[in-house]
Amino acid sequence: MAEHITITVNGVDRSLDVEPRRLLVQAIRDDLGLTGTHIGCDTSQCGACTVHVDGMAVKSCSMLAVQADGRSVTTIEAMNAGGKLHPIQAAFWEKHGLQCGFCTPGMIMAAADLLARDDDPSDDEIRHAIEGNICRCTGYQNIVLAIREAAAVMRAGSSAPAAPAAKA
Amino acid sequence: MTTDVLGTSVKRVEDQRLITGKGRYLDDISMPGMTHLAILRSPYANANIKSIDTSAAKTMPGVVAVFVGADIPYNPLPMAWPAGGSAGIQNNINMPRTLATDSVKWTGEGVAAVVAETPEQANDALEAIRVEWEKLPTVVDVEKAIADGAPQLHENAPNNIVFEWNVGDKAGTDAAIDGAEVVVRQRIVNQRLIPNPMETRGDIGWYNPGTDEYTVWMSSQTPHIQRLLLTAFVTGIPEHKVRTISPDIGGAFGTKIFCYADMALCMFASKAIGGRPVKWVETRRENYQSTIHGRDHVTYLEIAGTKDGEVTGLRVKTLANLGGRLSTIGPGIPTTLYARVLSGCYKIPNVYAEVTGVYTNTTFVDAYRGAGRPEATYVIERAMDLFADEIGMDPAAVRRKNFIESDKFPYENPSGLGTASGGAKIYIDSGDYEPALNKALTTSGYYEMGKAKAEAKKRGKLLGVGLSTYIEVCGVAPSKWIGAVGEGWGAAMWESSNIRVHLTGKVVVTMGTQPQGQGHETTYAQIISHELGIPMEDIVIQHSDTQGTPFGYGSYGSRTASVGGTAAVLAAGKVREKARRYAAHMLEASVDDIEVDGANYQVKGSPDKVKTFQEISFAIGLGFSLPEGMEPYLDETVYHDTPNCTWPFGTHVAIVEIDEETGRTELVRYVAVDDVGNKINPMIVDGQLHGGIVQGVGQALWEGAIYGEDGQLQSGTMLDYALPRASWLPMLELDETVTPSPVNPLGVKGVGEAGAIASTAAVANAVVDALSPLGIRHLDMPYTAQTVWRAIQSAKGGQA
Repeated sequence: MAEHITITVNGVDRSLDVEPRRLLVQAIRDDLGLTGTHIGCDTSQCGACTVHVDGMAVKSCSMLAVQADGRSVTTIEAMNAGGKLHPIQAAFWEKHGLQCGFCTPGMIMAAADLLARDDDPSDDEIRHAIEGNICRCTGYQNIVLAIREAAAVMRAGSSAPAAPAAKA
Repeated sequence: MTTDVLGTSVKRVEDQRLITGKGRYLDDISMPGMTHLAILRSPYANANIKSIDTSAAKTMPGVVAVFVGADIPYNPLPMAWPAGGSAGIQNNINMPRTLATDSVKWTGEGVAAVVAETPEQANDALEAIRVEWEKLPTVVDVEKAIADGAPQLHENAPNNIVFEWNVGDKAGTDAAIDGAEVVVRQRIVNQRLIPNPMETRGDIGWYNPGTDEYTVWMSSQTPHIQRLLLTAFVTGIPEHKVRTISPDIGGAFGTKIFCYADMALCMFASKAIGGRPVKWVETRRENYQSTIHGRDHVTYLEIAGTKDGEVTGLRVKTLANLGGRLSTIGPGIPTTLYARVLSGCYKIPNVYAEVTGVYTNTTFVDAYRGAGRPEATYVIERAMDLFADEIGMDPAAVRRKNFIESDKFPYENPSGLGTASGGAKIYIDSGDYEPALNKALTTSGYYEMGKAKAEAKKRGKLLGVGLSTYIEVCGVAPSKWIGAVGEGWGAAMWESSNIRVHLTGKVVVTMGTQPQGQGHETTYAQIISHELGIPMEDIVIQHSDTQGTPFGYGSYGSRTASVGGTAAVLAAGKVREKARRYAAHMLEASVDDIEVDGANYQVKGSPDKVKTFQEISFAIGLGFSLPEGMEPYLDETVYHDTPNCTWPFGTHVAIVEIDEETGRTELVRYVAVDDVGNKINPMIVDGQLHGGIVQGVGQALWEGAIYGEDGQLQSGTMLDYALPRASWLPMLELDETVTPSPVNPLGVKGVGEAGAIASTAAVANAVVDALSPLGIRHLDMPYTAQTVWRAIQSAKGGQA
């Protein structure tokens, strides 16, 4: 009774046979081995499993794997494609936006969703945007500062002229 | 020269893996042939097990084995810290078994386990297990549990009492209170909390039939202690046949200190099925029932003093709810770690406390961030406000008047920290409380609050300001004190550090402590870099694996920086001294003539005669030429026992606004001035404070575990238990004073718990201050809108 599905995960088509009851987060972690996406609860409260589906932040425990058939999923593992930290990742590091790191991948994916919609959010808007992501270590303070910093870096990056080619 | 990084906010070396999804937490580990274990948990809070039928479950798809308690020959889990230690206090001990055999005492106690090919198959099979129950009456409230006619949970614990313990001078305190000008009495509740690290617990047990050895991965703060407890006390398996490993830990806050039934269960199951690895990962709902809870005290306090503000006596009677059976050090928390610090930072001459540990049909209670000290701080800081209110004095002035003066340290407090027998006393090591208070009052605008209150009132808001001038005891602890009669658990509390120096001068430091998010791989590297003069990039910090790290007691009690950090300093000192002796050999100089400047070992007055740490490491590692009696390599190990605990302190100021119409409480400002001694990494210290403060704010405003009378946990999921969210909080305003601890060479104190210890009382005092114009002098937490609205209506004579 397994269903055959194909999901584009981090830009690569992945075909899977999954039980209809299998959650997207289980498929990501257990079938595809992408363990950067975490499970912190069983009631869709904590947000540790946040990924992007077709560019939107989704708690991957609240979606069945079969519902992702034919869609595009992005996980934390794709955020530093090419080996260069995404500005949000760099800002979490710079601003000490993580301690145990368990909520961090979901928090970064939620932040990326926010900054794709709003390149200059206020602190209040940042706090509301991550309300579905629980962190028990940081008191959120440095997470807010990290997202604020990432927004500034990304704004500067998008308005800056293209980087000159490296000198020979 | 290598830049000195000690005391600077270097970015964390852990973060690269954690921000890229490459952390390796327990559930991320997968092994060939791995099976999955699920636990059938009791749906009742008090019941006898008449029979268990597992026959149908055994035939379910994918099921490898099904176990019940009678299958497992292990001992009950150990009680490591009875109240009063070895002082002869009667402790009526009842510990959980690997799986319950005859009865269950709380909803969620494990009664059977299924091992299957997949987690889903294991969970499906649980539903096919049939248990015949004999339901019994339940009691969840401590005051009801000790009352006549209450259901009796255990034959060896009449009236459900675990222990009755006391500390301090009873006669002197009775006399002080009887003769006092002013006495204030109040019943206060410190409600039960569910700690909620974002990663739940889990274990993987693997028995290797080829070697007759076990490897156990566990989400634990104490892998060395767990190996000891599981082998010597629970399973009888020899200690040298077991290796325990803690991978990355997704937060712990005390919950992962303890010996849990599932650890033994995964070991047993792996051997029983022939050596396939067995993995169990706790669901969040299980975590709420099978991992320890925190706090849960009912306290009757009496504070006495003079009309001009001198506090002369404190008498406290506390009932501590310890759950249906005991957790590993449950009785130690409301005794030594609570009642012995009840007098806080005040020179109260007469202090006496009685503590009764009580069984109820609830999840066991043990150490949660602060562990006893937040409860003590809540008692004394509420008491100081009640006393100030009674005599009409400013709460800040009352505190200032009663502070232990800065020239009185080391200070022996009358709650009895110094009274342990055997000559092993501990003292408050250092303190200077007024500067922190002054800073916090100035920054918060404390003396302009009248204007702010009037302005808020115009907006329909009741503004309140609350103080918490806390101290805490941490950096636990001198082994001779822990081992003294009447104190501590059946273990020591020293800490270890091993330094290996490779031929190339690269350094591997293995520690007995165990991080859970605090950044030890960074802070220890800062210490070693400072001590050896080599860059952090040349240092790796290892921990968490009993194979390859020296025995250590793990991380809790804000002990890692002061006890583990000192072990690292001393180990590096031994390495440096050996390098110095070898440099003398290489340079054909006297050892006394070798000066150490960073990584350079040079002959005094001859700057061209110099060897670097790397050159020395290489030459002594090869050992072609060694002085008589010197062994190759620079490796050294230190086991360090601390001479005393450390005592952070500070003043926190909370400012709240309460909507008079709805009762909704908002934390609008939070100012914290903390003195944690010297800082290894200020960025990390601030992060610890942020998180600790918010956990304490969570207790005051939102969090609370709720049981029904039938013992069902009504706040049983994250939907029902209100954890702090980003949008409910202001930016915290931190400041510092620095009084280095004289206890250790780093001058550090510890900061993992300080925020949580201080903040609950500050917010509670602010809420009561806001409500005081209505005649309210105390209100129990959490201050949800409903609770506050009812208090307002009741005070106004309404029908709430």
